[in-house]
Amino acid sequence: MKQVDLVIIGGGPAGMAAAVAARENGLEDILIIERDNALGGILRQCIHNGFGLHRFGEELTGPEYAARYETEVEALGIPYLLNTIVTAITPDRVVTAMNSEDGVFSVQAKAIVLAMGCRERSRGALNIPGNRPAGVYSAGAAQKFVNMKGYLPGRKVVILGSGDIGLIMARRMTLEGAEVQAVCEVMPYSGGLQRNIQQCLKDFDIPLYLSHTVTEIHGKERVTGVTVSKVDEQRRPVAGSEMYFACNTLLLSVGLIPENELTKGADIPLDPITGGALVDESRQTATEGIFACGNVLHVHDLVDYVSEEAALAGKAAADYVLAGAAGDSPRRVIAAGAVRYTVPQTIRRTDKDVTVYFRVGSPCTAATVRVTCGDVELLKKKKPKMAPGEMESVTLKADKLIACSGDITVSVEV
Amino acid sequence: MKTKNLTCIVCPLGCELTVTLDGKTVVEVSGNTCPRGKQYAIDECTAPTRTLTSTVRLADSEEMLPVKTASPIPKEALMPAMAALQDVVAHAPVAIGDVVLKNVAATGVDIIATKNVK
Ligand SMILES: Cc1cc2nc3c(=O)[nH]c(=O)nc-3n(C[C@H](O)[C@H](O)[C@H](O)COP(=O)(O)OP(=O)(O)OC[C@H]3O[C@@H](n4cnc5c(N)ncnc54)[C@H](O)[C@@H]3O)c2cc1C
Ligand code: SF4
Repeated sequence: MKQVDLVIIGGGPAGMAAAVAARENGLEDILIIERDNALGGILRQCIHNGFGLHRFGEELTGPEYAARYETEVEALGIPYLLNTIVTAITPDRVVTAMNSEDGVFSVQAKAIVLAMGCRERSRGALNIPGNRPAGVYSAGAAQKFVNMKGYLPGRKVVILGSGDIGLIMARRMTLEGAEVQAVCEVMPYSGGLQRNIQQCLKDFDIPLYLSHTVTEIHGKERVTGVTVSKVDEQRRPVAGSEMYFACNTLLLSVGLIPENELTKGADIPLDPITGGALVDESRQTATEGIFACGNVLHVHDLVDYVSEEAALAGKAAADYVLAGAAGDSPRRVIAAGAVRYTVPQTIRRTDKDVTVYFRVGSPCTAATVRVTCGDVELLKKKKPKMAPGEMESVTLKADKLIACSGDITVSVEV
Repeated sequence: MKTKNLTCIVCPLGCELTVTLDGKTVVEVSGNTCPRGKQYAIDECTAPTRTLTSTVRLADSEEMLPVKTASPIPKEALMPAMAALQDVVAHAPVAIGDVVLKNVAATGVDIIATKNVK
């Protein structure tokens, strides 16, 4: 069997940044495996700007951001395979993949970085009554049609879900001449970034209906309209609140799920809340030598954080190959109060500062973020506003981490 | 004097800005985390601008070429600029930053490529 020091699964921003970091930390023998016909991942279809402000100090579009990393991958001569899909991995790091040239083949890796990104939740998971006419697309699929193929999937549009992809597509379809009649959001708040509500909806007078959902899809062959209803606090439709919108297209932007079929296949433990693997501060999963980063680990709203996280994972994978396993037995990081989840979920090494990312479960104002270890308070800060759509972070100082032992609790109190 | 609430769109932090206006003159901006937020608030109240991102056809290719305005253009020029991009066809090779269309919709701003195509 072919041997490779480090196999990186996925050539999106996470995979590329992990590869670059691993090489910069002294690892020569790296292979990126990507199922698409180019590197870049989801950024290839995200032609809007808003990427790279943290990482590069300027605002780039998705393809421009991806190109920066592609250029680095090429300049460092890191090998990659395109049009090649990984079909299985094992806990002892055998990677099975296939493509049309080599058929099915296996590689024995010393370390693996999982960087497969995420996929969109589909309508099946939603159970909207009505027929199954043409004209219902996921927002990401519509984005691919419009931005890469130059084909507008419909002219009169309703969008369900106000996450960033839904908001970005509302603007994109409007610019391309479609009439976006409404964006409906089942929750009482939008899951998207505030700036996207402004520049994608308000700029074009597109109404946002919070606490509303699509309760029926009309049409036999093609969508002819949708019924939208208000929902109560339990997210149940309120009788008598129905509104009808005539439209030929319904876009669903109802969330992303980390793409972890391979991870599950290798029995790597997952966090039921993030849908990604449980990891330590170096982004090593509970299975030694297998690391994860980017959207496959938890859904990121900013690619800058994806690159940052991937660089951690890439460096750790290189260290693992070159120097072997490191770190003490894991200390758990526990989410408390309004905190829904944290990444990492465990901390092993305390010789460096550790940044813990987290999200709150619902919008909070005048909140206090507190990190404790037993009776010791490691950090406390005030936050005027927090929203589930925006990832937060706290950096725990190494000297404080060393000075205490046991589990660490991250809580948000309002 | 009146006040107006805005969401800063310069970066993904999306700070909530409060602008105090005397007629059309901005007297005070608060809520911004950095100076760019103040500038945004002033521009937004006097002459709002946006960066336009879109695509143009690429000759002999099944994929579109992503493009953007080299700098923000007046908000009301967005639709005229989209119309101007309709008939543009780019030819490979293209490098990021190459001008695809000069002076779009008489804004004085060029449309540039955001992807490298060999
Ligand atoms: C519509 C949309 C808008 C966004 N807007 C912004 C924004 O304005 N600003 C911002 O900073 N961020 C934005 N983001 C977030 C950012 O783009 C993502 O967080 C980032 O692209 C995730 O990178 P990734 O490498 O983890 O995943 P991806 O980019 O999804 O890459 C994963 C790669 O893995 C490959 N892959 C998966 N499975 C396999 C397999 N089995 N074998 C081989 N290859 C495989 C896929 O083909 C893909 O290329 C947006 C995201 C979306 C979806
Ligand atoms: S004020 Fe500064 S930090 Fe806040 S959103 Fe605007 S640019 Fe970003």
